[in-house]
Amino acid sequence: MGGWYHIAGITAYLPKANVDTDQLIPARFMSVPRSEGYADYLLHDLRRDADGQLDPSFPLNTDKTPSVLIAKRNFGSGSSREAAVYALVDAGFQAVIAPSFGDIFSSNAVNNGLLPLRLREEDHAAFVDCHQAQPDMPAEIDLKTCRLSLGSFEREFTLDETSRLKLINGWDDIDMTEQYLSSIESYREQTCHSTPWAWLQG
Amino acid sequence: MTQPLTLLDKLWDAHEILRRDDGASLLWVDRHLVHEGSHHAFAKIGQKQIRVKEPNLTFGVLDHYVPTNRVGIQIDPSIPRMMQTLRDNAAMHGFKLFDMTHQNQGIVHVIGPELGLTLPGLLVNCGDSHTSTHGAFGTLAFGIGATEVAHVLATQTIWQRKPRAMRIKVEGTLGPSVTAKDIALNWISLLGADGARGHALEYAGSTIEALSMEGRMTLCNLSIEGGARFGMIAPDQVTFDYVKNRRYAPKGQKLEEAIETWSDLKSDADAYFDREITLRAEHIAPTVTWGTSPEQAAPVTATIPALESFDASKAEAAKAALEYMGLEAGKPLIGTPVDQIFIGSCTNGRIEDLRAAAEVLQGRRAVIPGLISPGSLKIKAMAEAEGLDEVFKGAGLEWAGAGCSMCVGMNGDLVAAGKRCASSTNRNFRGRQGIGARTHLMSPAMVAAAAVTGIICDVRALLSGKAN
Repeated sequence: MGGWYHIAGITAYLPKANVDTDQLIPARFMSVPRSEGYADYLLHDLRRDADGQLDPSFPLNTDKTPSVLIAKRNFGSGSSREAAVYALVDAGFQAVIAPSFGDIFSSNAVNNGLLPLRLREEDHAAFVDCHQAQPDMPAEIDLKTCRLSLGSFEREFTLDETSRLKLINGWDDIDMTEQYLSSIESYREQTCHSTPWAWLQG
Repeated sequence: MTQPLTLLDKLWDAHEILRRDDGASLLWVDRHLVHEGSHHAFAKIGQKQIRVKEPNLTFGVLDHYVPTNRVGIQIDPSIPRMMQTLRDNAAMHGFKLFDMTHQNQGIVHVIGPELGLTLPGLLVNCGDSHTSTHGAFGTLAFGIGATEVAHVLATQTIWQRKPRAMRIKVEGTLGPSVTAKDIALNWISLLGADGARGHALEYAGSTIEALSMEGRMTLCNLSIEGGARFGMIAPDQVTFDYVKNRRYAPKGQKLEEAIETWSDLKSDADAYFDREITLRAEHIAPTVTWGTSPEQAAPVTATIPALESFDASKAEAAKAALEYMGLEAGKPLIGTPVDQIFIGSCTNGRIEDLRAAAEVLQGRRAVIPGLISPGSLKIKAMAEAEGLDEVFKGAGLEWAGAGCSMCVGMNGDLVAAGKRCASSTNRNFRGRQGIGARTHLMSPAMVAAAAVTGIICDVRALLSGKAN
């Protein structure tokens, strides 16, 4: 996974609160291997009508290729399924902008190069206004300065340093952890002695 | 003087191998539980040709995709495939697997505690958001995604930034038929489904101390529905008594040493919490959800809130939820017709839950169909030894095997479109129990009351004539 620090992307607005990961990808698609691609499952049931046809009025059912999703509060709440992030990433998204995110979703997003960008409610509302005034104007996000802009809108956003570094560098945690193997080994040895009850009796 | 510590501080410090400059802690994982849904993580370590680092601390169980009636394997070819993939991974990496017919099989968050794999003072991870359940033992337990599962498999450690500490105190005595489920739905409806986001929750107070381990697990389980990845309760004698004699729990001298250590696992008197609220048990009623988020809940005796009562950020969602649920604002919850019921899940599929449902169902007939799936095969055997299965079957309900079943619908146990289900589960999300399914979350006794009346009703009215 490559890192990134600056994007200028078309935005799509999904005006729904509490879009949980069951909405992002219904459970019945989760047995599919990642290599087959998850884009078609993104918001599968929400974007279709009762007959299973794509609803032309749904914001994501468009010929444009948005890479920044504007969502509402509590986006990605619920199940820990990382497949919800796979569906967004495979559909071309690099950032989701919302007033709040599920904690597990946020971790999963960062682990896949997707930025969960949190804006205060009032900033979020102003951002949505700017998007709606100029729906084809790309939003710019810079991870080095933590700035988001769209037309006249410009704000700094906060992002914890761990997530920021991971997104910029595209770090793989398993590779990163290798340098700490000796610390892990000595911790392990020490707890074998200090908390014998924590080790299984077989 | 040393600084007073929270339970979170104590658990975190005990597991922190190191903390990087950016603030991320590398934590040691004592128990890693995996299930069929962990297939992405196994594929990831497979690509890197990495083997599971600590197979002896890794346990697998078939729960998410297991057909609860054990004959549904032919329905969807992905179900047996998912089950076989976990078997193959367990065999390849050499960790213990509780297969479909193993006596220890059950929902991962039910069997962990039941087998003594979950102990106070441990760090437990599982690729499932309801891992917060294990926090009921004074355990640092949290759900993780597939990339993190792969990291735990490969290193037996996890990177995590320490969450802020939050405490919910509940004081007083719960009324009849008011349960841990109602405490949870109550606080989530007050604070919102993202109310505890970014925090590790500790539950404390006299009401919590009076809860059984089953009740504590239900409460911690639902932490994630209020946004908290972690839920925890300080261990006490109730905890120690539960742990004693469990299959994988320490015994004899080791147990005594352990209990000595565990007895210190509580927040110090003056410990600082970033956020704290106190609830009165007497103010909590049997609670039911009316919408498509767990925050959309109300006392069963209430009316569905008027749309004007919501602030702007929640009104639109409430309107959409009522439309999906086929309900009207301002109408009473009691009397809402229900099409079917489900009792089970990692939230409310334990023996105490089945007993509470049986108390209502005893000598009565269900007027709508329903499925009861115990949380584990051990619970199934215990319920059958107590004759609870006869009560359920006598009431006309289906008594099935153990698994996640209709809570998540991966195994083919689904609610049909437009049907309304009274459910003892954890999520009333749109489509969670099936496309177009309408879910009302409530306690097992409340579900049983819906079964015998065919409507959402107040279980207290059904039990008032019975000695309880």
